[in-house]
Amino acid sequence: MFIFEWINSQVLRMDWLSDLVRFFIQNILGQDMDMKVVASIHFFIYDVIKIFILLTVLVFVISYIQSYFPPERTKKILGNMSGLKAKFVAALLGTLTPFCSCSSIPIFMGFTNSGLPVGVTFSFLISSPLVDLASVILLASIFNWTIALLYVGAGIVLSIMGGLIIHILNMDKYVEGFVTEHRIEDSKKIILTRKDRLSYSFEQVKEVFLRVWVYVLIGVGIGALIHNWIPEDMIIMMIGQEHWWSVLLATVFGIPIYADIFGTLPIAEAFVNKGVGLGTSLSFMMSATALSIPSLVMLKRVVKMPLLVLFTLIVTTGIIIIGYLFNNFSYLVI
Amino acid sequence: MEIKTLGVSCSKCKKLSERTERVAKELGLTYCLEKVTDLEEIMSYSVMTTPTLIVDGVIKASGNVPSEYELKEILKEA
Repeated sequence: MFIFEWINSQVLRMDWLSDLVRFFIQNILGQDMDMKVVASIHFFIYDVIKIFILLTVLVFVISYIQSYFPPERTKKILGNMSGLKAKFVAALLGTLTPFCSCSSIPIFMGFTNSGLPVGVTFSFLISSPLVDLASVILLASIFNWTIALLYVGAGIVLSIMGGLIIHILNMDKYVEGFVTEHRIEDSKKIILTRKDRLSYSFEQVKEVFLRVWVYVLIGVGIGALIHNWIPEDMIIMMIGQEHWWSVLLATVFGIPIYADIFGTLPIAEAFVNKGVGLGTSLSFMMSATALSIPSLVMLKRVVKMPLLVLFTLIVTTGIIIIGYLFNNFSYLVI
Repeated sequence: MEIKTLGVSCSKCKKLSERTERVAKELGLTYCLEKVTDLEEIMSYSVMTTPTLIVDGVIKASGNVPSEYELKEILKEA
């Protein structure tokens, strides 16, 4: 148990880094940590460095694993399954998809074209931005393992339910015609060597880093602001635990925002520290990452309005339910 | 040499087109580069990840942006 605790506090939460930054600010810059500005600066430096370290390591490791699960393989695995099992496996494999959202539309087209039911494809599409290995580790780093695992569980259940509802409501007819019109041959497989996988992972790190660093700075900046400057009463008044509308407000507010989990987690963390419900904070995070105007605009090109609206409704409702559940039962896990 | 890049207006796709063009010029190749953004046309190449690089009808990279070094190798070979 001791080793486990040590890994949690030193490797995941990086307490050593917090101490190091504190030492630097107190002893080298000679600033007083009790001052608000100094505390904000400490939080900012520590959080930014921590997230950048985790991001680099995680993206590298995960990209390497992912290189074994290209969508072509996922498609083949899912093609041999049906019913609830297919949706479950689709949701699981969604956690292993590459980071770039620009691939989600070609994946959608490839899956649907090969005859996979739309329900299964949507299970995959919902889980892929919502739950990935990086988010799990980050959640464990910022909160704890129970919360991280519950989050994954909730995300996977939501993906399965979403796929199931779309299946039951017979939404296949709302896919744009051209997606299924011509059967497309399977593409030739590109065989990867270990060197290819390593260079792919390295490129991924570079690409993700360049894409998200601004969001991380903004996210942590907002987090630091909330952390030390915005009065607790004000936040509690708006989205405190006891209001029935908190989760609703946080979710709806997060929908149009196009953000990465790396940028939204520091905000969620600051919310929780201010006494906002865990569920409310997670709802904001989930809706900001799972739904965004750009991704909906992309999706609109391959599915018709009714399916797009249903998809948005299912995901929004799901996130709200998850938020309320976490709010009401979080006393069990914190 | 006929080079095509497939992808729907995402940052990675733009990067692939730019980088490919730069490397092709550097190698002094005669080439034509086409940026395919139409979803139906992308589908017809049966790729499931973008950006994709196609040289003379052969898929050379999919789902990632090769480094300049790798691109040089790809274009030299073709």
